[in-house]
Amino acid sequence: MDFYFGLAQIIGVHTLLGLSAYIVLLTGQVSLAQAAFFAIGAYAAGMLTVLAGWHIVPALGAGMVIGSATACAVGFPALRVKGLMLVIATLAFGEGVRLFFFNFDYQVSKGEVKLGPLGGEGFRQIRFFPENGWSTLEVMLFIWVFVVLVMLVLWWFDRSRYGAVLRAVGEDELAAQSVGINLTAVKVSAMTVGGAVAGLGGGLYAHYTTHIEHASFNILVATFAIAYPIVGGLASVIGTLLAVIFVQGVLVEGLRFLGDWRNLLFGALIVLAMNVRPRGLLDAQAIAWFKRLFGSRSGHA
Amino acid sequence: MLELRGVSRYFGGVRAVDGLDLEVKEGEILGLIGPNGSGKSTTVNLITGLIPLSSGEIRLNGRDLAGLPVHKRLQGGIARTFQNIRLFGQLTVWQNLWVAQNSPQDHARHGFFARWLGGQSGVREEISQLLEFSGLAHKQNELASNLAFGEQRRLELARALAARPKLLLLDEPAAGMNAEEIAELDERIRKLRGRGITVLLIEHHMELVMAITDRVAVLNFGQKIAEGTPAEIQSDAAVQKAYLGGADE
Repeated sequence: MDFYFGLAQIIGVHTLLGLSAYIVLLTGQVSLAQAAFFAIGAYAAGMLTVLAGWHIVPALGAGMVIGSATACAVGFPALRVKGLMLVIATLAFGEGVRLFFFNFDYQVSKGEVKLGPLGGEGFRQIRFFPENGWSTLEVMLFIWVFVVLVMLVLWWFDRSRYGAVLRAVGEDELAAQSVGINLTAVKVSAMTVGGAVAGLGGGLYAHYTTHIEHASFNILVATFAIAYPIVGGLASVIGTLLAVIFVQGVLVEGLRFLGDWRNLLFGALIVLAMNVRPRGLLDAQAIAWFKRLFGSRSGHA
Repeated sequence: MLELRGVSRYFGGVRAVDGLDLEVKEGEILGLIGPNGSGKSTTVNLITGLIPLSSGEIRLNGRDLAGLPVHKRLQGGIARTFQNIRLFGQLTVWQNLWVAQNSPQDHARHGFFARWLGGQSGVREEISQLLEFSGLAHKQNELASNLAFGEQRRLELARALAARPKLLLLDEPAAGMNAEEIAELDERIRKLRGRGITVLLIEHHMELVMAITDRVAVLNFGQKIAEGTPAEIQSDAAVQKAYLGGADE
């Protein structure tokens, strides 16, 4: 059973990673910096529980704040450029952060052992959960409380005027500013919210794996972050969750028996999924179908 | 109300707008006409701030607009429609109007949270009025991209009105419309005047321009070649040459 709880932990954390990119993608921006905010949240929360002895909840909160503050600071200069230029700029930032952690030593003696990040060795012994006797099930439930909360908040954003404004900016920046929308403020705010979600996901990730290193936050992770909402579709936050279940649950775990052939099929299946459902697994059509199925006639307004 | 003095915009060596002086008076409907490529749309883009001036100045009620970003000019009371319709196609008709409520009045009336994170119920009344005005009430939940062409034009006008403008720049609102739709448009623009909205109407459809404008300015190669009442413009030799000049070349 622990295998499935562990898998649910992975899916939960990756959902947060994907959702951090989802909100930025709504404004039409492709950011490869989400893995960096994830890393910053992971290191910050880990250091606070291990070195400062904080409880995990305030430590996660601090990871969120630091992640969102960094995203906000990066957002101002980065969002002045568009399209491919933004992809390159955020990629450069992401690699910069990874290399920072590759060189980052901050060890403190705790009794006989030294704890804390140690450059390329990484940051080991982030043992808040085992030290406090949390079972895999409890950790999984703890993670999912946050996943559900974040999904509810983003779902609420989506239904509010803010969500409509984000999508308006994503569709046509020129028209959006012509109806009085402040593009910079909207894009930076989306980046800031995305940074908070990534920071939270990173903090949870650090604690369930107990060991993080620079390679845990490389370009592949950044690519996954934007792939989830794109594969899942931008119609709803549920799409991102479905994509993570599809990729981490069905593809990564379900195809394990294929050994090295897995990665090949993995790529092919994503391409196939995108061809069959070009607007994502859960597109507007699918949502309309579900609404009819459950007899909901709420619609808009 | 709006004053353009010596306004120029060069694209490389091309003088899209060249030393234009133009005044839009409060409460009037000013027509801006001219052959294709005479700088009409560029003028609208300069007034709304989408492209910067090469030289000259634009004043709104005496205030220089230089350096003011697009969204600030809208909040200052200048709204527009686009020649090639630019709606938010994946948003509903209702949402298209909702996101456009960015006037200072709307800012002042609702608190930050109500304005950004509130649901659709708080502003239903005003949007219903706009939908009524544009005859789109029955389509409010339709995606904007699913509307017919004439409906899209109406929605774009309604979206500009959602910002409570004092000055409305209409960039060829009748393009592609049939006679019946143009008659409706005529009626709508007259209603706008009744609400105290000043209109700068860029249009190729001469019947409409001559019927509803108070004054008309004519552009050719980025320069103003005539200005006057519709009757004066119709009998102006320079205007006739600009429009018909191709015939004797």
